[in-house]
Amino acid sequence: MSFDPKNNDLLLTPKDIAKRIAKEIPDGSTVNLGIGIPTLVANYVDPLKGILFMAENGILGTGPKPKEGEEDLNYINASREPVIPIKGASIFDHAEAFSMIRGGHIDIAILGALQVSENGDLANWTIPGEARGGIGGAMDLAKGVKEVYAVMKHITKDGMLKFLKKCSYPLTAKKVVTKIFTDMALIEITEKGPILKEIATGLNQELIEEFSEPKLIIPNQTSFISKEK
Amino acid sequence: MQKKKNILKNKIVSSSLEAVSEIKDGSTVSIGGFGGIGIPENLLDALLKHDVQDLTIVSNHAGQGEQGLSALIKQKKVKKLICSYAFHKNSYIFRDLFLSKEIELEQVPQGTLAERLRAGGAGIPAFYTKTAVDTDFEKGKETRIFSGEKTVLEFALQTDFALIKCHQADNLGNLTYKGTAGNFNPVMAKAAKITIAETELLLKTGEIEPESVQTPSIYVNKIVVGENIELRSEK
Repeated sequence: MSFDPKNNDLLLTPKDIAKRIAKEIPDGSTVNLGIGIPTLVANYVDPLKGILFMAENGILGTGPKPKEGEEDLNYINASREPVIPIKGASIFDHAEAFSMIRGGHIDIAILGALQVSENGDLANWTIPGEARGGIGGAMDLAKGVKEVYAVMKHITKDGMLKFLKKCSYPLTAKKVVTKIFTDMALIEITEKGPILKEIATGLNQELIEEFSEPKLIIPNQTSFISKEK
Repeated sequence: MQKKKNILKNKIVSSSLEAVSEIKDGSTVSIGGFGGIGIPENLLDALLKHDVQDLTIVSNHAGQGEQGLSALIKQKKVKKLICSYAFHKNSYIFRDLFLSKEIELEQVPQGTLAERLRAGGAGIPAFYTKTAVDTDFEKGKETRIFSGEKTVLEFALQTDFALIKCHQADNLGNLTYKGTAGNFNPVMAKAAKITIAETELLLKTGEIEPESVQTPSIYVNKIVVGENIELRSEK
């Protein structure tokens, strides 16, 4: 196939992916955002949906990014970016923050992923044999929240598959991912198997199947994820 | 006539250097801070000048850039590091010493780290959690199933000293934190035998409303006004 997945205008940009995820979050959810594309999601959520963002460094109700020059470094999110608490926000220490997370009080964690398996195993903290990365709060989040949305490029820079039958990288948690948002598709993990729910506009089913190791369940109708021109 | 002794122990220490002077070779020391804020920078600088070795440090991260914890690690005063995020790209000083096997590492999931400290401060010797089940961090640990769910046994963490940073302290040692700069500080204060608080502002006892106190005075042994209160965000 002539499709070059490394540098292709048809792939979704981080902004496109963040916008798609923002639409997916149910009204009234409490959500924790991981580092990277997940932090962008907050920019595209309709304020009328009543979604509350929580950061594990101890804030429930993070608001918009402050304007340049108006940052107060005493108020940051877990990606260490300055934030403004919304009206009704609360601030607390790390033990309290992780009681919320580990106690099952957070609805969704949106986490970057290195690999995801067909049954929802998540690998997102390190690469074997390399002194890189760290666990941070990923294991607590992955096991503690009700649902995990995994966000990743569909394949690596070197063309390696990331959506696999079984993860080869050290696991963050087993059977926790419910939805995978990539630059090519939206895949839902179910008891019956992974369902190809949506495809980036301009790409096709065969292409997603080619770049996914597990066998995908193809519904009667697959919709397309819009892409900004 | 004999003067009545003030039965309340004076916790105010005149310098950061004096505050850390009791830290000994082999001590376990927790250091507050997350994302570059809530770090007891003056106490850390004092520790750089204090002649001590073989420390076990408990911190969220492994030091970033050149200052603070990184500088302490560079001085080879740290034997072992217990942290949740070891290999940030800016933790190159720690990384190099780790790769040359000059420093030990115990990585702990962040919530488990906070909870181990909380348990240490609350008299709970150990607890079960589902965090890290079915991962490399479960290996060698006792597991048990509760209500059909597998959990792993984690032990409480107590330290000899906690170096923490607060916004306000009163003379008794009641503390408040600014914004999200509390992070690990309150829980580290509880888990230490001796907690040393670096404050931006020192208030008279009673000037912090009781309901506004975030760390009650009982957890604080020494208070020092940070010599340099400028927020120094680690890059």
